[in-house]
Amino acid sequence: MTRTTDLEELRRGTDLIKRGFARMQKGGVIMDVVDREQARIAEDAGAVAVMALEAVPADIRKRGGVARMADPGEIREIIDEVSIPVMGKSRIGHTKEAEILEAIGVDMIDESEVLTPADDAYHIDKREFTAPYVCGARNLGEALRRIDEGAAMIRTKGEAGTGDVNQAVHHQRNIKGAIRTLVGMNHEERAAWAREHEAPAELVHETAEMGRLPVVNFAAGGIATPADAALMMHHGCDGIFVGSGIFGAEDPVAMGEAIVDAVNNWDDPERLAEIAEGIGKGMKGEANADIPEEQRLQGRGV
Amino acid sequence: MSLTAGVIAVQGDVAEHAGAIERATTRHGKRVEVREIRTAGVVPDCDLLAMPGGESTAISRLLHREGIAPEVVDHVAAGKPLLATCAGLIVAARDAGDPRVESLGLIDVTVDRNAFGRQVDSFETHLDVSGLAKPFPAVFIRAPRIAEVGEGVEVLAEHDGQVVAVRDPPVVATAFHPELTDDSSVHDLAFFGRV
Repeated sequence: MTRTTDLEELRRGTDLIKRGFARMQKGGVIMDVVDREQARIAEDAGAVAVMALEAVPADIRKRGGVARMADPGEIREIIDEVSIPVMGKSRIGHTKEAEILEAIGVDMIDESEVLTPADDAYHIDKREFTAPYVCGARNLGEALRRIDEGAAMIRTKGEAGTGDVNQAVHHQRNIKGAIRTLVGMNHEERAAWAREHEAPAELVHETAEMGRLPVVNFAAGGIATPADAALMMHHGCDGIFVGSGIFGAEDPVAMGEAIVDAVNNWDDPERLAEIAEGIGKGMKGEANADIPEEQRLQGRGV
Repeated sequence: MSLTAGVIAVQGDVAEHAGAIERATTRHGKRVEVREIRTAGVVPDCDLLAMPGGESTAISRLLHREGIAPEVVDHVAAGKPLLATCAGLIVAARDAGDPRVESLGLIDVTVDRNAFGRQVDSFETHLDVSGLAKPFPAVFIRAPRIAEVGEGVEVLAEHDGQVVAVRDPPVVATAFHPELTDDSSVHDLAFFGRV
């Protein structure tokens, strides 16, 4: 027997829907693209979503100046080109850029340190939006502050545009290590930890009970090869953002497909060897250790 | 009796399905071992299968690339149960309505991808599902709709005049995500034929 729907109650933009969207991205690769041709290549390579940008982080780094949200027209073209979700970056604290992205129909907003921060003290109140947000974090306190503000997904704040995975590893180890510490604590120790790390106590207790972040946790920043992507999965990430690593590579198609395949086969070294063979050179990059502290993007918006 | 369940795990919300399968099998007094399927060779050991939500383009590409696709076709041909949700429904369809998805033709329906809009249009509601006593909390995320339904396909639920859940034995497929809430009754229905 077929019955019709109860239409009286229909809710949008709830935590369940925002976090649910992020869950659908798990095990996937989200690729930075700057135009529709790149978006097409990313979708064909097996990306689960694309991040629409004006320039990839490596070029933003080289160019200097103020980095802002991409042209809405360019983002619309990318939305029209692909069937997978399209994400967009707003500056930290720039509520209006974020509203514009939501109005265009962007599926997830990245409040990103890769762009020049608009507000030194406050992030966007993400709970006010229907679109879900992803935010970067270097440690658990930062991650939980972003979740408290309404983020539905957390990503590491690896040093963007470097092609050096070092900092993404560092941040993921920070987050995982802190969660292990919390799991071993009693209630009052967790409360003290929350105060010390400026994290909301309720989320600290929830994280400790779950033994993981209460939202999906991706890796981002400096991932440039299939082996890098596999390494971040090994460190317990739910999926991977690749910025300059795809279109900064010698052969973006081969590199894109190989990174997607590597995420699926991260725990099989023999398959990884096949996947990483003959795909051309990765992006040149710049070692994190060679970048002066004041030029690092990850310290923006803590 | 202990069952072996498989969750297609090349991409998507795998852990959520594993949890729902564990709840459903426990309710039916059975033990289960849930296996995540990323490579060929595991599906033939499974008594029941779930194809999760995720991105249908990415899932179908990896199913074919890893050689899992023909094993899933054999599983259904052998009459073993499969629950396919959202992207899983698209991959299971006779025609995904989009050349970017190479669907498996496990059920006699056609689908329209993203028929309810983009993420800002995603919604949750309570849905009457045939065979369930209570309205089911249904979460639609960039959801597809079922466009054409073949003979012998039973419509289980509609939303706003669109078909959003079907049974084409041994497959149950939904446009929404029963794995995202604690209510495992759609999993009960798919794997045990009753709640």
